[in-house]
Amino acid sequence: MTDILIHLLLTLLMPPLLLGVIGKTKAAFAGRTGAPFLQPYYDILRLLRKGSVFSDVTTWIFKAGPVITLAATCIAALLIPLGNHPSPVSFTGDMILFAYLFALARFFTMAAALDTGSSFEGMGAAREATFSCLAEPTLFFALIALSRMSNSLSLSTMLNHYSVTDWLRSGASMLLLVGGLFIVLLAENCRIPFDDPNTHLELTMIHEVMVLDHSGPAFGYILYGAALKLFVLQAFFIHIALPLKTGNSLLDWGIFIVSMLILATIIGVVESVMARLRLVRIPQLLVAASILSAFAMLLILR
Amino acid sequence: MTSFADQLLVLVMLINFVVLGSSRMAISIRAVALQGIALGLLPGIMHKFSWHLIMITGGMIVAKGIVIPWLLTGAVRKAEIRREVEPFIGYVATLLLGAVFTALAFVFAAKLPLDPEHQGLLFVPASIATLLTGFLVLTTRRKAISQVIGYLILENGIFIFGLLLTSAMPVMVEAGVLLDLLVGIFIMGIIINHISREFSSIDTSRLTTLKE
Amino acid sequence: MLFGIVILPMLGAVLAWLIPSNSQRPLVLPIFGLIHLAMTGDLLLHTPPPSSAGWIYLDPLGKVILIPTSVLFMICAVYAVGYLAYRQERSNRVLCMGLLACLSAMTLATVAHHLGLMWLAIETTTLAMAPLIYFNHNARSIEATWKYMLICSVGIALALLGLFFLAYSTIVARMEPTLLLGPLVAQAGSLSPAWLNAAFVFLLVGFGTKMGLAPLHTWKPDAYGEAPGLVGALLAGGLVNCAFLGIIRIYQICMASGNAVFFQDTLVIMGLVSMAFAAVFMVGQADFKRMLAYSSVEHVGILAVAIGLGKGALFGALFHVINNSLTKGVLFLSSGNIHRSYGSKSCDVVKGALKRLPWSGGLFLAGFFAITGSPPFSPFISEFTIINSSFAQGKNFTGALFLIFLAVIFIGMASTVLPLVLGEEPQDLAETDYRDRLLTVAPPLFLMGLVLLFGLWLPAPLMQILQDAARLLEAKP
Repeated sequence: MTDILIHLLLTLLMPPLLLGVIGKTKAAFAGRTGAPFLQPYYDILRLLRKGSVFSDVTTWIFKAGPVITLAATCIAALLIPLGNHPSPVSFTGDMILFAYLFALARFFTMAAALDTGSSFEGMGAAREATFSCLAEPTLFFALIALSRMSNSLSLSTMLNHYSVTDWLRSGASMLLLVGGLFIVLLAENCRIPFDDPNTHLELTMIHEVMVLDHSGPAFGYILYGAALKLFVLQAFFIHIALPLKTGNSLLDWGIFIVSMLILATIIGVVESVMARLRLVRIPQLLVAASILSAFAMLLILR
Repeated sequence: MTSFADQLLVLVMLINFVVLGSSRMAISIRAVALQGIALGLLPGIMHKFSWHLIMITGGMIVAKGIVIPWLLTGAVRKAEIRREVEPFIGYVATLLLGAVFTALAFVFAAKLPLDPEHQGLLFVPASIATLLTGFLVLTTRRKAISQVIGYLILENGIFIFGLLLTSAMPVMVEAGVLLDLLVGIFIMGIIINHISREFSSIDTSRLTTLKE
Repeated sequence: MLFGIVILPMLGAVLAWLIPSNSQRPLVLPIFGLIHLAMTGDLLLHTPPPSSAGWIYLDPLGKVILIPTSVLFMICAVYAVGYLAYRQERSNRVLCMGLLACLSAMTLATVAHHLGLMWLAIETTTLAMAPLIYFNHNARSIEATWKYMLICSVGIALALLGLFFLAYSTIVARMEPTLLLGPLVAQAGSLSPAWLNAAFVFLLVGFGTKMGLAPLHTWKPDAYGEAPGLVGALLAGGLVNCAFLGIIRIYQICMASGNAVFFQDTLVIMGLVSMAFAAVFMVGQADFKRMLAYSSVEHVGILAVAIGLGKGALFGALFHVINNSLTKGVLFLSSGNIHRSYGSKSCDVVKGALKRLPWSGGLFLAGFFAITGSPPFSPFISEFTIINSSFAQGKNFTGALFLIFLAVIFIGMASTVLPLVLGEEPQDLAETDYRDRLLTVAPPLFLMGLVLLFGLWLPAPLMQILQDAARLLEAKP
């Protein structure tokens, strides 16, 4: 019971902190003090207090977009186990639901963007659709490989199955999986080198351009939903990259929180040292990620 | 120790993809150097200590990890060429082809009647995959240096297979193979230099005077 | 003695490197060529036993390759002195070194009984030849050199993989892993057939590339066309034979394993395809050196068909190795003279060579008749033996195709060669400094004499060697 409570609390409260950590890391690299760690919370709270403006030409889809996106991400957060504890909701085959909840969220973000009728947002939606198509195989290859290794189709048993011995036994394929998934983690969360979350100006941005017309609470939901997505995918990644187990429940939670923060720092470092890729090179990197995880699957299935 | 050897072979196969996907000549050259070093370490892992082994390991690392990359970088610098690879077909397409070839290599290797001792090891699939990648680079890149890189990868693939039978290849022959490779790359480097002087480019698709 | 004959040309290469004078350096070539020829003669008379580990041994098959190599080199070396006198504007240091290094490697290939060592020797010939093809230092020759270098390197690398497969077949068969020819032939029956077949395929592709079997011949017209005549002669008469020896060694193992049908059929098909390619490209060929390259493709095709047929054709194949080398020597050397005299190798310009250069033109014409298998020259005898054996074995289709291709090639070559030699000399031809001299005419003339001699009368010792070699190839388990 405590575990479920902690799970829910962490899911609700921690995501914006990750954004804060990333921002702080980037500021440190740039030699600035940077915004405080809690800045994303203030942003979201401020947005929620504001009023909304909706364009006359939009339909209900535009309003539903952020809500459905957030809802889908929340359900996904319930399916993912955190730090060696089983998830609150778990059943055989939930990995498929997990994958398609994100697809659903993405679909509504894109539909809402198209609903504005702005060519600018339509362009963003088209890019999002293209790149997510290319990122999806990576996730599925990884899921197949993981379920094969653990002989299970449920995320909880699948992800909690790993231990350090797996790394010793099939380190190469694990490394490939981690590499592929890290690329997808960056791509799915619109981080550099795929997309720059801070820009609203360039013609080359992807995610930010789709949500330009949202304002007030709706934009707050989007911001929070994005943070939650980062949180969920980071948790997924940590299970594979750092399968540390102590057995002590509280200690495991501690390890989980620390490793999440470390991963956020690593993302911040990557964002600081890399430049955004040219748009034409993005599919190449995503295909490379797919190949990495396909290769890992090949090695595991063999 | 075989599991560590397997990890190294996975690294070797990953480097294949790096070369297929990278657009920068310098990255390709360094990747092939790393591949050479990884291959140089392999015999040391697989066999018991002997002077023969030390010589091969040392020779491989010096030749493939240091001398050949140095020659190639020198050729790139001297030829003053644009440092992009310029493939005939796109990077994504080559990457996918590389993935298909690698998968085929695994399928094919599973069908070969291997010695029970070597069953389940990655040597044969890695060898075939690397060989095919070499071919892919050779045939899809225009720049003369990229083609040399393709040749090197092909040679690396053959070397991986050779690791299974060190006992049949006496050290003299192995040293000779390595020396020949070195001299070959050296000569190719000189030719590249002359090509760039003669055609002010090392784009081999311009070499079209001689045909029927 | 066997070590000596391999090492000696290397010493010659070092000597050529040390000599500063461009005009005196070429003299190294005939000196070492003569010593090499003398040593070869001595080795033929007193063949030493195999070396203790079985790595080095001059068996009859090696002799069949060594004889034409040594003779051809000697001739080319004498010719080189005359030729390089015309090319004083360019340093010949690399050329002299390359020629001698190549001779050393070719000799090593003939005496090596360890397949890895033989591979090494053949690879070294590839490398040593590259600077020679680039002797003229122009855009066309660099293109030819690049294609040659890349295609042959890849081909030879594949041959190495084939050798690895061969060695692996011994591991799978639970034998002591080895690449020594002796044990491999002796135990061929117990080798793993799957790996053996894979090895055959890769070795055939690898050495086939080096030999220039179609469709792996693409480098050949370029390299032969752009290289100086004497380098072309050594490529077509020396290097090709070494690669052929590689195939012969595999053939030996294959025959001994009692499972040679696949290999033989492949050889016949590749040989016929090569002849077909040559026939197609030779008709209307406007560049007479490229035409010679296609003639070389044709003749490696003939060799492949002949050993693919086996039995009586084997003698023909081995005899044809010698005939082809000597005749190609005549053709390339005389064509080099014609090229120098006209300053062009296009058949639009080069006409009436018999008037301008009576000796070289005449030799070129005689060489043409010899290479197309006209009596009384020796290629007629070897080709006749092969066709005869084909019909005797009941392989009428192969024999008929063989004859048709020979006829087409004769017509195609004649349509290029006859106007070239007999036509009217163009009026507005630039004067060049080349005249027929003793040093550039006597070497091909001597070779032509040998071709005619072997066509009329084959000396008994040579006959003996050829028969011994054919017997080695025929060996059944």
